[in-house]
Amino acid sequence: MENMIFDTAEHLFSDFAEAGFEAMPVHAEDGATEWMPDLWTQIEELGLPTTLLSEDQGGYGLPPSCGLGLVRLAASHAIPAPLGETLVANWLLAAAGLPLADGPATLACGPQITAQRLQGTADRIAWGRHAQTVVVLSVDSIARVHRGRVSEQGFNLAAEPRDTLTWDCEAETAAAPVSEITFRAIGAVLRAQALAGTLEAAVTLTVEYANERQQFGRPIGKFQANQQPLAIAASQTAAARAGADMATDLLPLALTAPDRFITAAAAAKQRAGEAAGMVAGIVHQVHGAIGFTQEYRLQALTRRLWAWRDEWGNEAEWADHLGARVASLEPNGFWPFLTWTGDAA
Amino acid sequence: MTIPFAFPAPPAGSDHSELRAEVRAFLAETLGPDYGATLQARSWNGHDPEFSRKLGAQGWLGMTFPKEYGGHGRSALERYVVVEEMLAAGAPVAAHWIADRQSGPLLLHFGTEAQKHDILPRIVAGECYFCIGMSEAGSGSDLAAVKTRARRDGDGWRLNGTKIWTTYAQHANYMIVFCRTGDSEDRHGGTSQLLVDLSTPGITITPILDIAGEHHMNEVQFNDVLLPETALLGQEGQGWSQVMGELAFERSGPDRFLSSYALLNELLRVLGNAPDQVAQRAIGRLTAHLMVLRHMSRSVAGMLENKENPTLQATIVKDLGALLEQEIPEIARSIAPADPVPGPQHEFAQVLARTLMSAPSFSLRGGTREILRGIIARNLGLR
Repeated sequence: MENMIFDTAEHLFSDFAEAGFEAMPVHAEDGATEWMPDLWTQIEELGLPTTLLSEDQGGYGLPPSCGLGLVRLAASHAIPAPLGETLVANWLLAAAGLPLADGPATLACGPQITAQRLQGTADRIAWGRHAQTVVVLSVDSIARVHRGRVSEQGFNLAAEPRDTLTWDCEAETAAAPVSEITFRAIGAVLRAQALAGTLEAAVTLTVEYANERQQFGRPIGKFQANQQPLAIAASQTAAARAGADMATDLLPLALTAPDRFITAAAAAKQRAGEAAGMVAGIVHQVHGAIGFTQEYRLQALTRRLWAWRDEWGNEAEWADHLGARVASLEPNGFWPFLTWTGDAA
Repeated sequence: MTIPFAFPAPPAGSDHSELRAEVRAFLAETLGPDYGATLQARSWNGHDPEFSRKLGAQGWLGMTFPKEYGGHGRSALERYVVVEEMLAAGAPVAAHWIADRQSGPLLLHFGTEAQKHDILPRIVAGECYFCIGMSEAGSGSDLAAVKTRARRDGDGWRLNGTKIWTTYAQHANYMIVFCRTGDSEDRHGGTSQLLVDLSTPGITITPILDIAGEHHMNEVQFNDVLLPETALLGQEGQGWSQVMGELAFERSGPDRFLSSYALLNELLRVLGNAPDQVAQRAIGRLTAHLMVLRHMSRSVAGMLENKENPTLQATIVKDLGALLEQEIPEIARSIAPADPVPGPQHEFAQVLARTLMSAPSFSLRGGTREILRGIIARNLGLR
C-alpha cells in the first residue's frame, strides 16, 4: 500500500514538476507563484491529503512515514502546493473530533478562540489565500474555519504565498489535541521533511550536471575538487533526512507524550536547517554560472532551502529549545537523556 | 532520481532498556565514583585486561557470535546498547576492542572451524586480544600498495615486512596481517590475510609515541617469521575483499561519533543549570547533531542485524561523526574558556587538553576523511 501511494504520487509530481517551475514568477519580487488547480484536483483524487489518518478516521492506517514521506517527495519535485499543511490539518481535525478539511488547508497560530468564535490575525500563513480550511490553534483550543479575510498578500523566497489572515467570525471549535509548542514542532517536522526532499533533489541534479559538464577535457565530476564537496553535500543530506525521519516516526507521541516528540522535532529542524545552508552553497559552487540563472532549475530548489530553513523555527530557535532542555537536566543526566530521546523510535 | 541511501529506524523494540539498565549498573559499580572525566576522556584507548575479563564474564563480548563458538547469539542492536554505554562511560575497553569489533566477526566469516573453535571462545571470555595489520610505511590510504609478503615455505608460510601505526600491538595476542601472497599484476589480486600469533619468533614490536607522548601505536617487524599452513585466514588471493569487509566492521559503530563525549559531558558539568545564551545555543546544536548521528548509527546496527550491507551508511556516519568529535573541543573552549593545561590541576582543562591532542586522529584512523569522501562520491555515481 505504502509503495503504491509513493509510486502514484511520484508519477503525479513528476508530471507537474515542469509546470510548477514555469509557474514561478520571473522576478523574485513579483510575488507568489500562481495556483495550479489541476495539480490540487489530482492530489485530492489520489486521496493524498488523508494519508496520515487511521482507518477509523477515513484514512488508510499507514505509519506517519508514509504521509510525511509524501511531503518529502513533493518537495523533491518542487511541487507548489500546501500538501503538508493539509495532511497535518486533517490529522489534527480528526484528533480533535472535528470534520476534515474542505479542499486545500493550512495551519495558523495566534488569533483568540472563545466559545464558538475566532477573533484576530495570523501572519505569514502558508498558502493562506488559497486555503479553503484553516486550522487555528490557540492556547488549549483548536478551531476549524474558512480562510477569513486576506488582509495582506505576502510571499517567501521561493515565491510561495505567505499571507496575513484576519478573522472575526463563528468557527467550529474543540479542545486542542496538542499544545502550541507541539503545534510548532509539527510544523518544524513538515519543513524538515521538505528540506530533506529538496536537498536530495539538489544533490542529485548536481551529480548529474557534474557527470555531463566537460572542462579541461573531462567531466567536472572527475575532479576530486568537486567530488569531495559533493560527498559532504550527500552526507549532510543524509543527516537531514535521518533527523526528519526520526521525528516523523514519533509523530503519534505528539498526542500522548509530546516531550519526546518535540525534542526529536527540534533536533530534526536544527539539523536540516544547518544542512540546507551548507548544501545550497556547495551545489551552486559545483554548478558554476549556469546554476545562478533564473532559467535553470537549481534556483527552485535552493530558494526553497533558504526559505524553509527559517519557517517554523530556524536553527537558533530549536537549538535554544534543546539547550534549555539539556541545561535543566540533573548532573550526568545528558547521556540518559540522549538514549531516552532515541529509544522510542 | 534518488540519493542511494536512507537510514531507517531500527525495528521496534530495539531499545533493550533492561539490558541498558544492567550495563549502567555494572559500570557504575565496576568503575566506581572516582573514575573521573580524565580517565573517561581516554575514550577507547583505556587498556585494562581485568576489566575486559569482567565484561566477558557478564556475557558482553562476542555477543553476536553463535553459541557453538562460546558466543551469546544476541542481536547487533543488543551489542550496540552495550558498546555505546561503554563509550559514554569512557570505560577502559581497549584490550578487547579490536577483537570484539572486527577480528572476531572476520574470523567468524572466513575462519576455519579449527580457528573459530580455538579463538572465538577466548575473545568471548575477554582473554584474547587483537591488533590490526593493515597500514605500512608506504601503504596508508593506498592500502593495496602493501609490501609485506608471505611465501609458501614447506608446509607453512614465511612472512617478511613491517606494519605500522599498530594500536596496542604491545599487548595483543594476534594480528591479522594483510599481505601479498601471490604475484598477480592486479594490485588487489595476490593478497591474503594471515592470522599471526604475536609470540612467534622473528617479530619485533617498537613503540611509536603519539603527539602527547603516549604509547598506543607501534611498528611491528616480521623477519622470516615462520607460520603454519593454518595461519591462512579465508581464501588465498581474496585478501582485498576480506579486508574491505573488515573495514566495514571497523567503521560501523558508535565509537565513530562518541570519541569526544567525555569532554562534552565535562563541559555540561562546568556550565551547570544556567548557561548563558551563547552556551545554551551551542549545547542545543550539539545535542541535535548527536541525536541525529545516534539515530543513523543505530540504523546501521539494524541493517547489520538484517544482514544488509551498510558499508556506505557506515562511511557516512564515520565522516559526520569525526566532524562532530573534532568540533566539540573547539566549541568547548569557546563557551567555557580555560587554558588547555595537561596534568591534574583542573579537570576541565585537562580533559580539553587530552581531547585536543587526540582529535587529529579522529579523521585519520579507520580511513581518512578524504578516502571516506571518495567512497561516498563513487556511490553517488561520480568518477
